[in-house]
Amino acid sequence: MKSPIDPTTRSGPRRQGYWDWRAAGNFIGGGSGGGLLFLGALAAAFGADFRPLALLGLCLIGGGLLCVWLEIGKPWRALNVFRHFATSWMTREASVAPLVMVAGAVCLFAPHPLATAAAGLLGLAFVYSQGRILAADKGIPAWRHPLCMPLLVVTGLAEGMGLLALAAASPFVAFEAGAWPVPVLAATLATLAILRAAVWRRYRAGLEAAGAPAGTRRELAAIERRFLALGFWIPLASAPAALLLPAGTLWAAAGGACATAAGWLLKYTLVRRAAFTQGFSLPHLPVRGQPRTAH
Amino acid sequence: MTRYAMVIDLRRCVGCQTCTAACKNANATPPGVQWRRVLDLETGEFPDVRRSFLPVSCMHCDAPPCEEVCPTTATKKRADGLVTIDYDICIGCANCVMACPFDARSIVHEARFAYGDTPIPSEAVRFDPARVSVANKCSFCKDRIDRAAETGQVPGRDPEVTPACVNACISGAMSFGDLDDAESNVARLLRDTEHFRLHEDLGTQPRVHYVWDGKGR
Repeated sequence: MKSPIDPTTRSGPRRQGYWDWRAAGNFIGGGSGGGLLFLGALAAAFGADFRPLALLGLCLIGGGLLCVWLEIGKPWRALNVFRHFATSWMTREASVAPLVMVAGAVCLFAPHPLATAAAGLLGLAFVYSQGRILAADKGIPAWRHPLCMPLLVVTGLAEGMGLLALAAASPFVAFEAGAWPVPVLAATLATLAILRAAVWRRYRAGLEAAGAPAGTRRELAAIERRFLALGFWIPLASAPAALLLPAGTLWAAAGGACATAAGWLLKYTLVRRAAFTQGFSLPHLPVRGQPRTAH
Repeated sequence: MTRYAMVIDLRRCVGCQTCTAACKNANATPPGVQWRRVLDLETGEFPDVRRSFLPVSCMHCDAPPCEEVCPTTATKKRADGLVTIDYDICIGCANCVMACPFDARSIVHEARFAYGDTPIPSEAVRFDPARVSVANKCSFCKDRIDRAAETGQVPGRDPEVTPACVNACISGAMSFGDLDDAESNVARLLRDTEHFRLHEDLGTQPRVHYVWDGKGR
């Protein structure tokens, strides 16, 4: 007898309770820091001073790692995290961390274009690893969706670009005249914001189509307006404002701050609030009243 | 070659939770943690409503996502099919908890007992401090199964070397044994019945099979 029930009917999806704000902090700090290192290295190729960008990027990555160290059950065994490079993206993320720290430190104390390039690429690798960590977690439908990893990478880049735009408006980062002018900053930020919004829309549609847990869909829907306002519309609007209005750097910085905040909101929601477990479904209902067939 | 598996006949399960209690007693899991539990599922719409019971635990998958994501190699897949955790290596990062589609893993960060801070005698005997702050899950009563190598007994046939939940099942719904032994209970059940595994679409290849009907009906 075939089951009369919808095979997608699930029982018991519930919000995961093991990764809290500390885990979210790792994805927030690591994504923003890695994105900043990558885009900062790119900006450095056009004349920007990479050192303050590297310092901020390393602090963000280090802060994220500190968060996750505070979360694990056995912090004094943390070095065991390096034992499974063959398949674990958490090991790979952890393995990139010291490399990016060394490359970043070289950039700070003995700047060299090769070190800058290495720090940038390793920053990107760190962001990518974080995306793959979530993608490998099959127990959380919102994370294992094929578009979750691209979303995490593109938001990391958008956040990094947002921080770069903020840094460009600060007195701490020297941009050589004409190196990465305001129009380029604003346009790159707007492009990444558009890309992120596009991936977000497809990701949400994909979750709907895949029948993701109702709680996941509800939590993501709840941030849709804020996320798009902060992460799409304001950065988009800041581009022409930065081009046409006085104090263009400040307009770009405002767009950057909002783009970064939107990314942090997205990641906190994704890791903490929208992370519902798979639940259970019965593909067939048992046919009762049968004699024993074994024993 | 031995390939241990569990077969649960859903036609026979009455949802009594005796397996849950037996597991709790055998493994001294803390309050709020159940390595084995029986889900009470209500399906359909009035008036066509059905109630089913679904015993779940670690599925000891052939392609365990928990092993893949574990950064420490604490989680391992043994040659006989059991998925194990080395409590002395695990760092309690919970990545495996997130990777398990069967909600089978848990982490408890402090020693907890049924009646407060002091364990009752059965808990005191079985309490393992190594299990605090690291990942935990059903082990298929690994210690019992490993004892079979010393005693010459057969897991699934001899109660002393069979998982506690299988021993305790009042309706004979749960069977355990070696899939490569054609005469084992599990091999015969899988031959003679219609069965499924949970979340097949995820490709983890669980070692727990659920019987839902006889063959040829």
